[in-house]
Amino acid sequence: MHLVAYGVPLAFLAVFFLFPLGAIVERGLRGDGEGSALDVLADPLTREVLWFTVWQAVASTALTVAVALPASYVLGRFSFPGRSVVRALVVVPFVLPTVVVALAFLALLPDEVERGWAPILVANAFFNVAVVVRVVGTFWAGLDPRVGEAAATLGAGPGARFRDVTLPLLAPALAAASAIVFLFTFTSFGIVVILGGPRYATLEAEIYNQAVRAFDLRAAAVLSLVQLVCVALAVWVTMRLETRLAVAGGVRPERDVVRPPRTTGERLLLAGSLGTLAVFVGLPLAVLVERSLSVGEGYGLGAYRALGSPTSALLATPWEAIVNSLVFAAAATAIALVVGGLAAFAIVGRGGSRLLDGLLMLPLGASAVMLGFGFVIAFDRWPIDWRAEPWIVPVAQALVAIPFVVRIVAPTLRAVDERQREAAALLGAPPGRVLREIDLPIVSRALAVAAGFAFAISLGEFGATVFLARPDLPTLPVAIFRFLGRPGELNAAQAYALAVILMAVTALSMLLVERARLRRTGWV
Amino acid sequence: MSGLRVESATVRLGGRTVLDDVTLGVADAEVVTVLGPSGSGKTTLLRAIAGLQPLDAGRILLDGRDLAGVPPHRREIGLVFQDHALFDHKDVLGNVVFGLRMRGDAPARARERARELLELVGLAGYERRSVHTLSGGEQQRVALARALAPEPAVLLLDEPLGSLDRRLRDRLLEDLARLFADLRLTALYVTHDRAEAFALGDRVAVMRAGRVVQVGTPDELWARPVDEDVARFLGLANVSDGRVVRPEAVGVRRARDESRGQGVVERAERQGPTVRLLVRLDDGDVLETVTTALDHPESGERVEVEIDPEGILRLREP
Amino acid sequence: MALSHRVVLVAVAIAAAACVALVAAACGGDDEAPTEVVLVTHESFAVSDDVLAEFERESGFELRVLKAGDAGEVVTRALLTAGNPQGDVLFGVDNNLLSRALEGDVFEPYESPLLESVDERYVLDPEHRATPIDHGEVCLNYDKAWYAERGIAPPDSIADLTEERFRNQLVVENPATSTPGLAFLLATVARYGDPGWQEYWRGLRANGVLVVDGWEEAYTVRFSGAAGSTGNRPIVVSYASSPPAEVIFRDPRPKEAPTAVIEDSCFRQIEFAGVLRGARNEEGARKLIDFMLSTRFQEDIPLNMFVFPVNREAELPPEFVEHAVVPESPHELPPEEIEENRERWVDEWTRVVVR
Repeated sequence: MHLVAYGVPLAFLAVFFLFPLGAIVERGLRGDGEGSALDVLADPLTREVLWFTVWQAVASTALTVAVALPASYVLGRFSFPGRSVVRALVVVPFVLPTVVVALAFLALLPDEVERGWAPILVANAFFNVAVVVRVVGTFWAGLDPRVGEAAATLGAGPGARFRDVTLPLLAPALAAASAIVFLFTFTSFGIVVILGGPRYATLEAEIYNQAVRAFDLRAAAVLSLVQLVCVALAVWVTMRLETRLAVAGGVRPERDVVRPPRTTGERLLLAGSLGTLAVFVGLPLAVLVERSLSVGEGYGLGAYRALGSPTSALLATPWEAIVNSLVFAAAATAIALVVGGLAAFAIVGRGGSRLLDGLLMLPLGASAVMLGFGFVIAFDRWPIDWRAEPWIVPVAQALVAIPFVVRIVAPTLRAVDERQREAAALLGAPPGRVLREIDLPIVSRALAVAAGFAFAISLGEFGATVFLARPDLPTLPVAIFRFLGRPGELNAAQAYALAVILMAVTALSMLLVERARLRRTGWV
Repeated sequence: MSGLRVESATVRLGGRTVLDDVTLGVADAEVVTVLGPSGSGKTTLLRAIAGLQPLDAGRILLDGRDLAGVPPHRREIGLVFQDHALFDHKDVLGNVVFGLRMRGDAPARARERARELLELVGLAGYERRSVHTLSGGEQQRVALARALAPEPAVLLLDEPLGSLDRRLRDRLLEDLARLFADLRLTALYVTHDRAEAFALGDRVAVMRAGRVVQVGTPDELWARPVDEDVARFLGLANVSDGRVVRPEAVGVRRARDESRGQGVVERAERQGPTVRLLVRLDDGDVLETVTTALDHPESGERVEVEIDPEGILRLREP
Repeated sequence: MALSHRVVLVAVAIAAAACVALVAAACGGDDEAPTEVVLVTHESFAVSDDVLAEFERESGFELRVLKAGDAGEVVTRALLTAGNPQGDVLFGVDNNLLSRALEGDVFEPYESPLLESVDERYVLDPEHRATPIDHGEVCLNYDKAWYAERGIAPPDSIADLTEERFRNQLVVENPATSTPGLAFLLATVARYGDPGWQEYWRGLRANGVLVVDGWEEAYTVRFSGAAGSTGNRPIVVSYASSPPAEVIFRDPRPKEAPTAVIEDSCFRQIEFAGVLRGARNEEGARKLIDFMLSTRFQEDIPLNMFVFPVNREAELPPEFVEHAVVPESPHELPPEEIEENRERWVDEWTRVVVR
């Protein structure tokens, strides 16, 4: 069983990630480009770009954590009307295509406002707040409040309590969330290009430039290797931090310790955090809704009606796009649940491997462009002539969803008491029955949450999916791009309308997840 | 041959010999308690019998059948864990019914039996309660009911009263003793507390460092501990130099004058109906004695000491 | 069963069904004799359903369209898979990328008989590896109403834009990231020569030109003349087909196009198609190329892709006839020259305008 748990995720990663990435990098390094690999590394532009990529990622992560921390506390610890809705909505930005949101942002900013790194950081925070709030917030909700109370009786004020008691206990969750946010911002492409203006470029944007505009595959390959190394380093550092910082105990009550805010201070904190969220998250979403409703002179549902009218099949009828998105996301979720679930099993089990955990994180940080091209050249002949197959799309989506599934399921698996399994066995349950009666019910909630998250992520189409040449089964993000690229107010409004629909579908699936999450499950 | 029989069981873990050639038998309807300090191998013994820990040597026989190769879920051996290990994703009824479901009982029948058992352990009406809302004592009762439900051939109990406060423990001890007798259970009960061991066990096995050093009825153990260590562990006083002087054999009375008397009372403690006196003899030794006299020598008083030779026990070298 | 269990079971069932459906769709057709023609192109490719149906009827082949990314990505993919292509026909190479595609040997030469209806100046490849299908000019568009309101005469030449009265009015796209942006840069190179164009751009920069990343932002967010836009810049780099689009997509339709084109700013863009070397269905590929040059297809192009047909016998739709300006002599540069110097020009442009 253990072999299967190890082998399947490893094989999946090897075939659908390492192989295509390796293929394209090899092609790049081997081919004839101008200059050697060392030239590219030595180029001051490379260093400049690398430096900017790293510091904007670090700064974005810091800003995201700063914004999200009060919100995490508030959403994790306090009960208030509409809590589930807010928790669900917080995830929505994560899923939206960057182009659409960037354009909405831009409509907010007058063009006297200098483009630059500030809007990049803010936009990054907007997109990634969800990760921190869900991961840290849920963890926070599970912390035993008595530890803090004990500290208070020993004379520690709120600041000291936070610094010396809460923060160290939160550290593993913070580390995990920061790692994910760092990876996403490190490879962020659209945001930097649109909001940063022509002066700023990240590694990913530069890789795209080299691969597509200049067709200098060697430079692109070298840069993507640099990127991969940086990402692997970041993942390794975080894993070390996580194991170091993980404080035994202090976490694990079976229920969230949720209560309404009691003091004025707490109410202010709640109001303040919700207010910040409203600005950071709500405002851009509201702008999208507004843009989708502005047709002609005033406001109206014209764009939505237009979505219903017949359009050329090649443009993408919106219903088609919605159905395709849902089907692809469902398939990707299934794959991610199976592969990620097995991986969680392998990671948690006796002699579990953190290596597998780290490896599975890599696709989050690898170059989407290169991976997309890698798919095209790697799977091009029999018996792996898969590049035009529709199922390649959910496979690529699953690559991004799997690390989230692992992070959600593994901690819950770890928490299953071995003695309960033994008790079940002694009461007559054969091994398969033990799995069904003990492990599965405990893990099923985590699996439901993981499924919801994976579904939302797959809707958002990160990573290589954008760069895959796929059969004409347009999904919502693709349809949004197509409408955006055509002149005419109605077309733009329809693009925004589709974005609003995407928002709604995501919010709905996350709300269902909230329902299933009757007990605290793992990390999210 | 009925009952449980452990023959020469040996378990080595991480270079240490945790169970060393242990032989022990539990007859039908007999309760044997295993008494020993922590680290003596008691829990490993239970786990080995349950099939959760493989043996490096020796065998386990149940009603004459060798259990080698029989997986835990087919051994018909019940185990009450030290910290109950209840299924916290099920309610009380769900826990107790579990074993019955596994053996294929019809659901209605199973629920009926579960209710009977809950009543037996004094938790009637607790069926729908969630496991978290129970107190420690209640949780252990549920664990007990759960283990008893499928009518195991042998019931193993691993220090089930360990985490309870004194009053609760005493009450539960009474209930357990009654339960064992009423149900004619074949049980192996492991503890480090001699009061529990003596109260429940038809026979008591004393374990030390992975070996069983003495087995016998509580009276036998008390009358003839096999060596100084066992004697001390059983709570016998006045153990030294290879002999035991029973406190009840030491007679003490106030010295008639200063010249007489062999020692001074160091401490006088009332322990319920008896008073425990610690006497420091002139030669330096300390003797413990008990008296029921209401008018007994107090601390600091000089006393005459007389020892009944019947009360001196010679011990083997440990 | 708890809600969560049910949700998981239902989700898994749906997902499994989805997987099966996808795999079944995939294993649909791998016969010996090809029954379909696969067209590889970019996201902006669009054509009416009935026109496509006609092709399928006439040729006897099913048409499958693989769309992904922009022209640059499409060419890159073609280069990567040269000899073992993803499809049979590639559509979407423009004159900027033509040289690269030809050097990469991705095409199989094919001279369509319908080329005799096409003007010589569009046939940039004498070996007919790439066949022109449409042309579109990238031109500066201006917002008529904006100038009328202020009583200023709108610019009528590209040279005007460095003048004081047109300060802070121009928005352009970054040539490093945008095809129309690149085209406009090439127009200035063509007009002012190399390195004369740098002086011109210095002038533009001094006159407050706004540089943005892509056409979507430039046109829909910054350009005041786009319907529904809140932008305040009246001049933008867009297409010669944008004014008719502004007529067609407004409700109610205006009598006159609200935007106009500065003719001497236009740069010619020609889009090519070609039979991919190693295509599985060569016969079908040729038929598709022929069809794309036919009047039926060519007349369908303007309202779908907002570019102009190359077939001189194709009739333009009335909106285009009325509101579109087809510049007589837009700027052009030979593809080889573009390929050789593009990187350098973009780098120099970045230095002059951005840094």
